[in-house]
Amino acid sequence: MISQDAPDAKIPVPRGPVPMPPPPRPRRTVELTIDGQSVAVPEGATLLDAARQLGIETPTLCFLENLTPVNVCRICVVEVEGSRTLVPACSRKAEPGMKVSTDSERVRLSRKLVLELLGSSVDLSTAPQIQDYMERYDAKPERFGPPAPPARAGERDAARPGHHHPPGVPHDGCAATVGQPVKVDNELYVRDYSKCIVCYKCVEACGTDAQNTFAIALAGRGFDARISTEYDVPLPDSACVYCGNCIGVCPTGALMFKSEFDMRQAGTWDESQQTATDTICPYCGVGCTLTVHVQEEKIVKVTSPLDNDVTRGHLCIKGRFGWEWVNRRE
Amino acid sequence: MDLHFNQHAPDAEEIAAVDGCLASVPLDGDRRQHLLPVLHAIQGRKGWVSPGALNHACLRLDVPPAEAFGVADFYALFQTRPHPPLTVHVCDDIACRTRGAEALCAEVEAALGPQGESRDGVATWHRSPCLGLCERAPAALVIAAGHPPRERDLAPATGAHVLSVLAGAPVPHPPLSVSVPQAGQPGLKLLARVGRIDPASLDDYRAAGGFLALRRAFEMGPGAVIKEVVESRLVGRGGAAFPTGVKWQGARSATLPRYLICNADESEPGTFKDRVLMENDPFSLIEAMTIAGFATGCEKGYLYLRGEYPLALSRLENAIARCRERGFLGDDVLGDGVRFDIELRRGAGAYICGEETALMNSIEGRRGEPRNKPPFPTEFGLFGQPTVINNVETLVNVIPIMIEGGKAFAALGTERSTGPKLFCVSGHVQRPGVYEAPFGITLGELLDLAGGIGGNGRLQAVLLGGAAGAFVTHDQLGAPLTFEGTRAIGATLGSAVVMPFDDTVDLRQILRRIAQFFRDESCGQCVPCRVGTVRQEELLHRLATDRPLGSVGEEVALLKELGQAMRDASICGLGQTASSAIESALARFPIFQGTQETR
Repeated sequence: MISQDAPDAKIPVPRGPVPMPPPPRPRRTVELTIDGQSVAVPEGATLLDAARQLGIETPTLCFLENLTPVNVCRICVVEVEGSRTLVPACSRKAEPGMKVSTDSERVRLSRKLVLELLGSSVDLSTAPQIQDYMERYDAKPERFGPPAPPARAGERDAARPGHHHPPGVPHDGCAATVGQPVKVDNELYVRDYSKCIVCYKCVEACGTDAQNTFAIALAGRGFDARISTEYDVPLPDSACVYCGNCIGVCPTGALMFKSEFDMRQAGTWDESQQTATDTICPYCGVGCTLTVHVQEEKIVKVTSPLDNDVTRGHLCIKGRFGWEWVNRRE
Repeated sequence: MDLHFNQHAPDAEEIAAVDGCLASVPLDGDRRQHLLPVLHAIQGRKGWVSPGALNHACLRLDVPPAEAFGVADFYALFQTRPHPPLTVHVCDDIACRTRGAEALCAEVEAALGPQGESRDGVATWHRSPCLGLCERAPAALVIAAGHPPRERDLAPATGAHVLSVLAGAPVPHPPLSVSVPQAGQPGLKLLARVGRIDPASLDDYRAAGGFLALRRAFEMGPGAVIKEVVESRLVGRGGAAFPTGVKWQGARSATLPRYLICNADESEPGTFKDRVLMENDPFSLIEAMTIAGFATGCEKGYLYLRGEYPLALSRLENAIARCRERGFLGDDVLGDGVRFDIELRRGAGAYICGEETALMNSIEGRRGEPRNKPPFPTEFGLFGQPTVINNVETLVNVIPIMIEGGKAFAALGTERSTGPKLFCVSGHVQRPGVYEAPFGITLGELLDLAGGIGGNGRLQAVLLGGAAGAFVTHDQLGAPLTFEGTRAIGATLGSAVVMPFDDTVDLRQILRRIAQFFRDESCGQCVPCRVGTVRQEELLHRLATDRPLGSVGEEVALLKELGQAMRDASICGLGQTASSAIESALARFPIFQGTQETR
């Protein structure tokens, strides 16, 4: 009904019932078997969805509900009867009659090796989830030798694609790592690529899955593959708009609020002393839900719930970082 | 797209290179697909891709600079840091190692200084994975940036040759008979025209029966063409041995537009058969692609050529141009109302782009990272459209199938491996080269055809199928070279690499070079391959230097676990096969104490 206040009240109101979209067609269901149990899932569901429906816990690293699956970490692999190789549960669609094993010997071996390969090459000290997985799968990264010392600043960024780094040079008997100095080039967040497992989540969040800024991408190749700006320019020279959505999706703490990083350096970071309170962002009319993390009456970081209808976990620079003034007492 | 650019500006040459490359292409649709050609243009003009040049390319193509940098930084032939204009790529891979690769590296190092450095700021050199010139090892590729850029493959190469080419002096190509000892012999089907016609002349090709197969295909119609290919039981020659007819049939019912791709990114170490075909009979590939496009209903074909093949590039460019001029390609092929054209795309130094979905990403202007399958290319391929992708040799086989019929084709070879086959014979053999023989010839017979074992004449091992293949022993020389025959001896035909090693060769060093290859060529996308290939090489290094962690037995057990995880959990064939040759050698040869399986 057009009110009397409408700018042009002469526009005729259509007669008859208000047009409605057609009712959604009932989705077909797909029946399959996982670990001997039958399960029916809507068409288009993944094996991960199906396993979760049965309460079977499947480890994931590069998967996140609010991002497109890239299936690169391979921790979620499962065995499908008739398939030559294991398949990634996070992206493989359920098919009628599939027989899936999520805990076979092959699955456990691959998951264990993936964890050992990560554990022997990446600093996982701020990735408690992966540490839990390593315990569960009895992963022993030290089987591959002691970790090599970290690279110098910029050394990994300068690697030519295809250029060979001979093993044992200069650290014989050591396992190569991605160790390198932390990149601190702005006031808001730091990038510690010693902790990067190359899960692509930050690139997706910076790109079409959330922010459409494209400040970072994959560069290099093979073991030298890395997240980088163009020519490794510092973030202030890049397209970065400091939305912090990359920090929000990082599973290992490689991307971290400067506030958290500084407190960790000072030894004052203590999650047991922190509260998390949901509120609505005061800046604009969108109404994003903020989760404010407070330690000793100071805001230490701001996140947003992944399942929030408005944000899907993503924020902008104001919601993510615009709280410095709250901590000022003068 | 709302892009952010840094302050770097392109110079006049860089602008000319980018704009010149884009002058003849329509920029109304997806522009990103022109990224690799543009990067080639910049690299060719300046010797490296500077931040200013990249900015200009991104502005023209509407690609974010971070992403374009990530693409340039993926390919070994693009330099993203200041680099001298003259570059020598010296192959030190397994075939060249048997024929003086290290001595050549030493000569080049003496002349130019340490690898990757430059004494004069003008020339430098890099060690390279297999350059696909194995039959004339040792090999080198010289690239000189400029306007126009010069590229020259040298094999057999000497330090003096390299310096001559760097100085701009001519160095003649060796005679074809060195690469194709059978050239000119009667009875050949795939090599029939090789060495008998001028590869630059369309008239020569036609006089030798060229385009009769295409005419025959047009008379038969698409359905009948596919029926003949199905009856021929032709399977893919790139390594996966998928039935070609089945692939084509699947495409017929797919949505439009659909694309045809010829996979000419031949990079498996020890493989050079496609290069020899493209250099010496380029029109046959054009004809075969046209038949494939007609049969599958594709109006556009992409020919993705390995970046390190300059001679094949110029001959194919010429062949495509001549065919367009004379109506063998275009909107009305042979005046029959059939529309088909071919776009030639160059790779830029990445083995992984031979993987079909990585190749499609590369054409689209992305990093050559393989996609997860399913969906398969016949459903979701290039630009998200249904795509038929075939290897060079596979396509060229379609010509005899059109001429003599599928049934006659299938009469050659064995029940499950039909038709003629090209073999890439290199390493310790008297007469290396491409050999054509029907499927079913035994390994021993093929080696005899190539003059017998070279080196010191005492055979130690034969690598079958390439770096992703398997080592076999003297006992297996009687095995028929077919898909089923090689499988029966725990090997694979792969890309038909047959590389014997005499008993002076230290197999440990060969295995380390293979492990190095996979480490350097992994795209880095998935964990099992990105880190697994590094751990595999480190482990072999420890074994080869007699410093195992724990016992040799424990190390070998760990290597097998690693191989299993790479095979099971990697995204694509690279990671899945990165341990196969190594594991086969450990099982069959007493390389490290206590590793050989008792048979």
